[in-house]
Order: sequence, then C-alpha cells, then structure tokens
Amino acid sequence: METNICIAGFGGQGVMTIGKFLAQAVTDSTDLQTVFFPTYGAEQRGGTANCFVVISDEEIGTPKSDLMDDMIILNNPSLNKFIDSLKPGGNLFINETIVTDEIKRTDINVIKVPGTQLALDLGNTKVLNVIMLGAYIGYTEVFPVDVMWSTIEHKLGKKVELLPLNKEAFEKGLEYGRKNK
Amino acid sequence: MERVLMKGCEAISEAAVRAGCRFFAGYPITPQNEIPEYMARRLPEVGGQFVQSESEVAAINMVYGNASSGVRAMTSSSSCGISLKSEGVSYCAMARIPMVYVNVSRGGPGVGTIQPAQQDYHQATKASGNGGFRMRVFAPATVQEAVDMTYKAFEYADKDRNPVLILADGVIGSVLEPVVLPPQKTEEEVAAIKAGKDEWAAIGHELGSRAWINPGGWDNLLYESVNKAADDMYKAWAEEAEYELFMVEDAEVILTGYGISARIARSAVKALREEGIKAGLVRAKTVFPFPYKAYDAINYDICKGILDVEMSIPAQFVDDVKVAVNGRCPISCYGRSAGIMLSKFDMMDAAKAMLK
Repeated sequence: METNICIAGFGGQGVMTIGKFLAQAVTDSTDLQTVFFPTYGAEQRGGTANCFVVISDEEIGTPKSDLMDDMIILNNPSLNKFIDSLKPGGNLFINETIVTDEIKRTDINVIKVPGTQLALDLGNTKVLNVIMLGAYIGYTEVFPVDVMWSTIEHKLGKKVELLPLNKEAFEKGLEYGRKNK
Repeated sequence: MERVLMKGCEAISEAAVRAGCRFFAGYPITPQNEIPEYMARRLPEVGGQFVQSESEVAAINMVYGNASSGVRAMTSSSSCGISLKSEGVSYCAMARIPMVYVNVSRGGPGVGTIQPAQQDYHQATKASGNGGFRMRVFAPATVQEAVDMTYKAFEYADKDRNPVLILADGVIGSVLEPVVLPPQKTEEEVAAIKAGKDEWAAIGHELGSRAWINPGGWDNLLYESVNKAADDMYKAWAEEAEYELFMVEDAEVILTGYGISARIARSAVKALREEGIKAGLVRAKTVFPFPYKAYDAINYDICKGILDVEMSIPAQFVDDVKVAVNGRCPISCYGRSAGIMLSKFDMMDAAKAMLK
C-alpha cells in the first residue's frame, strides 16, 4: 500500500512544514518507508510552493508519482496547477477560506476546511498548516493521531510557548477531518 | 537500528564525517549547497576544517593539498562546477592522491538548469579531466545508498590512492528519507588512517626521506610506469562492478538505468507486472566500473527489448548498455532533459511500445 501526497500553496503558508512533519512522523514512529520531495530553486514570494510525500509499506520507487492519492491545497493557483494529477476517488483537502475557484471534478472527495479563517480565529495565521495537517490526519488516519501530535510537539520543542496554540490548531483540524468522513 | 530522517545532501555530509573526513572545501551552487552548509557546522565539532573557497578551482586544489598530507578530504559541486574542478581531479589522479568528491548533478550543458538531471554521465565515467585517468564512480538511487556509498568511497580512495566520485543528482540531494547512519570513526581511528599514509603522504619526515607529490614531470619512463600501474588497477576493478537485478529472469522487456531514473524504473516495472507485462530492471550502482556482466543475466531468448531510461538528452548511459548487450537485443531510449523528471507512465508506454 503506497500513499502519494501533494501539498501546495503560497510560499510562506507552511507547505514544506506539513510535508516534513508527515515524513518525520513516519520515520519516528512507524516501520513504514517515506520520501519527502520538495520543489526548490527559483521560487518567488507569492508564487506556488509545493512538495510531495510518499508513505509506503514497501521500498519506494519514484519520489514524485504521476498520480496523487491525496492533495492538500492552500491557494487557488495550486488548485488549478495540480487538480488534474489527483487520482479518481482521491482526497482533495482545500483551505476553503481562500481556495474559492470552482472545482469541476466530480470523481474526487473534497474535504473543505476553512483553514485561514480558523487560524485567524485562533489569533495567528501561521497555524494554518497545523490545522490542515490535523484535518488530513483526522480524515485519512494514514497513521495514528498521537504519532502526528508527538512529532509536532517534538519539532516545536524549542518553542514551548507555541505548543498550546498549535495543539488547539491541530485539534480544530482533526475535528474538521473527522466531521467530513 | 535507529532511523533518522535526513536530506540527501546532509546525509552524504554526515556519512563523510563519520568515515573520517576532516577537510572540506567548496563553493556554492544549487542543488548541493546543503553539503557545504552542513560541513561548515559539523566539521569544527570533530576538529576538522571547512573552507568556503573563492572558486571551484580553489576548492579542488585545497582538497588536493590537504589529501596530500594524509587527511581524508572531500569537495562537492554540481555539473558546471564539477567541470571547473576537472583539472584538480586530474592532478589528484596523476599524483595518486586519494580524495572523494560529489556531483549533485543538474541540467546542462553550460549553466543548464538548477533542477535535477543526469547530463554528466560521460564526463563522470570517461573523462573527468585530461589524461585518460579512471575513477570509481558510485551512483546512489536512495539517500541510504548515498550514505553507504560515501562512507565506502573513502575506503576505496585510500586503498586505490585515487579520486572517487559520488554521482548523485538533484533529487537524491534534496529528498528527505529515513536512513541508518554508519558508525562514527573514533579520533584514534582517524589518526591511524592518516599515519598509515606515511609512506607517500607529506605528513612530516626525517631528514633524508621525502614525500613527493607529483602530478607529472620530465621523466617519461617514470610517468609511463605510473600510467601502466594505474591502468592495471583500473582493469582489476572490473570484477568489483556493482549492480541490482530486479525481476530479470523471465522478463520480456528490461528497463535499465542508474540513480534516480532507475529508481523510477523500479516503480514502472512493478506497475507493468501488475498489468501482466513481464518487465525487469537492471540498475548500475557503480557506473565506473560499468557492470557489463549484469546484462548477461537477461534471457535473450525471451527478452524483446531493452529500454534505457535516463534524465539526459542526448542519452549517454545507453552507450555503455550497447557495449554490454552487444547486439543481443534491440535497445531504445526514454529520457527527459533540462531538469524535467521522468514519468513512470511515459516509461511504461515506452516499454510497452518495445513489445509491439
């Protein structure tokens, strides 16, 4: 069983962090294989940033599949750029607050999370990525919730003061993920 | 064994430090900047030295100098930066100085593109500088392999007294994967490695005995003998070529390549098998020495074609495949260039086309 995930948005929305946290959780707490593949290079502020994560119980071949199982999309340009590479029956997680373009495909599951709005309600737009990560884990249960949280906790270890806010954000996300099942 | 999640470039650097590398000089270029960045932080922790040089030419010559004094030394760059190092690498080869360098390759020729590519195959395997010298060239397809090959590269460099090249690419350099790191050599072991080079290295000798580091000179007979000895060594490596065979036995179509392309080909082979198509993979782990023998494992009575896959246009690896296959089977190529990744689906279509 192999899961290919694409995460995309504006530079600065925490796209790479979502991908790295997923790969870190797999490495730390499971026997599964994983690859995190960032795009890099001449990225511009305001341009699209994206990365790919593969999680598998077998040796992983290509780090960037032609077709994705799951997609976490944080802005409109990314939606239009990547939606065609989502498998039929695949899961599309969108940051509903600003991903407003029409989704014409009817053969996919769309999980709408008002990520930016929830982050604003919590008083910090920077937690958008943790909210989306929570929604993703809550919906897919690709690995257990506590595995994901302990990785976030560990990665944010140096900034202890940010943990309560991130915990709240993660749980908000989880709630949306589970609700959409 | 504990797994850690590491970026390819950083994992290569850590493996080098654990192998006893205590000197690194380099000049920035994408997509290998994480190697010098990591080394700048890590080497001082183990009493090593890091220099960000003023150019690639300076970096390779600093490595030449340090390695001449018995230190395990490394440099890295990408494609066009590797070209600039070619003179220094050639000097190391003639003077028989062990050192390791890494090419995290990108698009080419020229400045090319900053994204991953495999356009440096011929340069890496045939002529990494003037003079017709050879080097062992390792081509990792995963971060774990990059770690293991880098660690081993220092042993080979010392054993052969010759440069060793790690031919990676921008994908291997930039992905994060779980790896198991090799043991860290102790300071005593590192010191013993250096002391073991006393016979030839410029590490301080009594009056009356001298170490000579010579990248050539006037004495024709002497340097011909150096070339002959090197040639004997290159030939002896042939038996040590490394490769992977995957589902080759009953294969009607074989995909072949190295590094990231071969890894994508592995996915393609599995997907083709799921569709009932008997595909297999021959992957070169060393590209010099080239694993010619690997291609003898193919059953040419049933194999209808071999598909060479590489991120290079024009295709280069295929030239060695042709020598290995020696007309026993038709060969075609699927490749992309300028930093564009290979597609598993396109690869599968190309393989199917060979069966028609």
